[in-house]
Amino acid sequence: MDAAAQRAGGAAIRVEDLVKRFGSFTANDRLNFSVASGEIFGFLGANGAGKTTAIKILCGLSAPTSGRVEVAGYDVARYPEQVKRRIGYMSQHFSLYNDLTVYENIRLFGAIYGLSLSVIRERSDQLLRRLDLKEQRNRLLGTLSLGWKQKLAFSVAILHRPHIVFLDEPTSGVDPITRRQFWEQIYQAANEGITVFVTTHYLDEAEYCQRVSIMVEGRIAALDTPKALKEQGRSESMNEVFLKLTRPN
Amino acid sequence: MKQLWRFIVKEAMHILRDRRTLSVLLLMPLAQILIFGYVISTEIKDARIGVLDKAGDYASEGLRNRLAASGYFKVERIFVNEEEVAAALRSGAVQMAVVIGPGFGSASSDPDGSRVQLLADASEANTAQMLVNYAEGIVRDYEQELVGVQAKQAALVEVRMAYNPSLKGVFMSVPGIMAMILMLVSAMMTSISITREKEYGSMEILLVSPLKPWQIILGKVSPYVFLSFLNAASILAVGVGVFKVPMMGSWLLLALVNFLYILLALSLGIFISTVAPNQMVAMFISLFALMLPTILLSGFIYPIENMPVALQWFSKLMPPRYYIEAVKVLMFKGAGLGVVWKELLLMLAFLGAFLSLSVYNFKVRLE
Amino acid sequence: MMISVHELSKGYGDIQALEGLSFEVQGGELFGVLGPDGAGKSTLFRILLSLLLPGSGTVRVGGLDPVRDLHALRKKVGYMPGKFALYEDLSVEENLQFFASVFGTTPAANYELIKEVYQQIEPFKKRPAGKLSGGMKQKLALSCALIHRPELLVLDEPTTGVDAVSRSEFWALLKKLKAHGITILVATPYMDEAALCDRVALMQKGRLLTVASPGEVVRDFEGLFYGVSGGHPYGLIQACRAFEPVVSVFPFGEELHVRFNRDDEAAEHLVDHLKSSGFSGAVVRPIAPNIEDCFMALMATENDLKG
Repeated sequence: MDAAAQRAGGAAIRVEDLVKRFGSFTANDRLNFSVASGEIFGFLGANGAGKTTAIKILCGLSAPTSGRVEVAGYDVARYPEQVKRRIGYMSQHFSLYNDLTVYENIRLFGAIYGLSLSVIRERSDQLLRRLDLKEQRNRLLGTLSLGWKQKLAFSVAILHRPHIVFLDEPTSGVDPITRRQFWEQIYQAANEGITVFVTTHYLDEAEYCQRVSIMVEGRIAALDTPKALKEQGRSESMNEVFLKLTRPN
Repeated sequence: MKQLWRFIVKEAMHILRDRRTLSVLLLMPLAQILIFGYVISTEIKDARIGVLDKAGDYASEGLRNRLAASGYFKVERIFVNEEEVAAALRSGAVQMAVVIGPGFGSASSDPDGSRVQLLADASEANTAQMLVNYAEGIVRDYEQELVGVQAKQAALVEVRMAYNPSLKGVFMSVPGIMAMILMLVSAMMTSISITREKEYGSMEILLVSPLKPWQIILGKVSPYVFLSFLNAASILAVGVGVFKVPMMGSWLLLALVNFLYILLALSLGIFISTVAPNQMVAMFISLFALMLPTILLSGFIYPIENMPVALQWFSKLMPPRYYIEAVKVLMFKGAGLGVVWKELLLMLAFLGAFLSLSVYNFKVRLE
Repeated sequence: MMISVHELSKGYGDIQALEGLSFEVQGGELFGVLGPDGAGKSTLFRILLSLLLPGSGTVRVGGLDPVRDLHALRKKVGYMPGKFALYEDLSVEENLQFFASVFGTTPAANYELIKEVYQQIEPFKKRPAGKLSGGMKQKLALSCALIHRPELLVLDEPTTGVDAVSRSEFWALLKKLKAHGITILVATPYMDEAALCDRVALMQKGRLLTVASPGEVVRDFEGLFYGVSGGHPYGLIQACRAFEPVVSVFPFGEELHVRFNRDDEAAEHLVDHLKSSGFSGAVVRPIAPNIEDCFMALMATENDLKG
């Protein structure tokens, strides 16, 4: 962890009174939360609740209307470049290039984050071994199944050893086995000290997070450990918690 | 029938709601004709020429004056020998040199035809060609006046000038611009709008519905027929109103020629959409397979008779060529159906060919 | 019989998209096709809808052959493709109007059928479809697919990327449609939705792994499952895997689901193994597998998932 993150008192993400408006529509209404270094943080909410807007702001892709957002110890509004160097990002829509081979993708994204060729080679060997993809090294990415693409995309997103990795619905449409293998990758990354900020529509996956926030209509309606949320809501599962919060009647 | 009508209404709504594209489509033709009319005018004005007068008599002096007075040329240099001519051409000091042979005035009835020599800087081939054409016209005119007899060649040049007496480029470009714009709007826009449905996935739903392929196609193209007609009308209005392009023929016949050409372009667009998998490919095919040949090979910019023989043959396969020819004779010469029937028939043949190709190619399935 | 498929195969060049599929769907059934992305679900649906030609084998939909009777067939089916395929620049109302007229009907004529679905988006009927939220788009697409009162409704991954609440609402709607006697064929990558179908087919890499009712899938499954909790999940997974007799370990909500072979007595010693591995608080309890457990077990036997 570098000095800036130390100053932030161990928090990887700190959000204070974040507001984002589009015209008269308030997408994010005074969000307040922080994510500890090395935590797996689940960011849940219905479609259109304002999750994507918030993630864009956290990654420095969009400016907040008001409020303060600190990521990896830097104020995102003032030092977006410092922040971008210290985060990884992966979404369901775009991950890697289908017309490049597995290794070409790794080399490209390694180079984008300024890694030297020798480091890229070393880490690429390591990650391909871990994923058991060594033999697929020179295969075109487009010929792999979605599940493998997503696992590879995650590995590439943390290739530069970021402080925080943002995962936007990484497991959408992936088969149940690969989905769980993906989560093992997440655990592994968290074990190595990477903070994981993840959104998902699979509510069983919410249980794998250390803490979970649930957004409803632009506000954070609940934030706690899955266990505590279930107890507070007198619910059997996260599914029930989610249902009660997003459809109160 | 109601199905088809709703389809057309839906298509019209797509077009009307996409304000940006619509305004581009409506304004582009006007911008084009104004640009061609005012800026890239192919008209010649004050071109720098030099004269080597070997005759030095009354007649040759008259020719010099005639050239200078035409407004097209400005006599920059009077040469005394061939070396000077060559040097001035090489340095670009003059764009064309006129060498008047020693026997110009006295021997002008000599059928040999080498009395006046025109030397042009052909590194700018197009301009050179035009300078020579203009000068040739003036020389022939002058000769005719001098001698009072009609040389065969003179008559030939005479024809070229007669229907564009002030030699204004904008005249020539009106049919060309129409050919280009109509091709663009009709072919490109329809091919894009059909492939868009493929790309969105809505084509799957339409295919699964009881709609027949011809209904889908007709529904997609109908609004563009209207739009293209509007474009043709606006170009003509500016051409005739602002640039005083002559309209000697029948408006009804002109409308018919345009209608046929629009249908032809639409059928090309449909054909492209049956082979292009997405909007981008459709656009590229439209641009490179239609636009460039329309501009380059139809005689719009480069005269067909100056092309290599192979390309001249190739240009016969360019439908816009017949449209441009028909519109030219119709507007400038007032030709009637008796003259343009051949072009009309050829366009009709192209239309039939492309339509049958498209219907043959249109897939009722996804493969 | 609404759908009957016999020995259906389909290839694109070198790729075998479907291999020897045989199954039947009864009229009025809610039939689920489950499988990950790339399993061949969309290819199968498009063949049933006459949008693709079968490579080999026979297919009948509503008694019709999708190859020969394509026009008759197309009047009987309603189809909602995988991605939202309506016109985003047209309003909700205009989309519905358009698709009604395409099928030669009006929204009013079949209002009673689409009422349940359409009522939920009716307040936004003037809004362009592109400006709707994911859940609302889905409902509009469903309304449009239903507008001509089809006998067979084919839904290709209608709930992918949709949040849990909207998903459960969507399934409630499907149940109501089923009550109208419409046969529904639905593809989904969500295993929890399988339990909501009358019968399900599990697909992987172009093959059918099983076709059965959700109850049968669970009942017929041979294997022993334990729920394990008490400890950091990552460490606990590793510790369970280290225990030789274990067949598979998957996280499942707040527990791990650990599978043993049937009648394996070693299972009783798992808790001791975990305690000796440093998980003193480990809790192991026998559990009945759910449908996702069974499907994962079936899929895991197809070991090469990389393809």
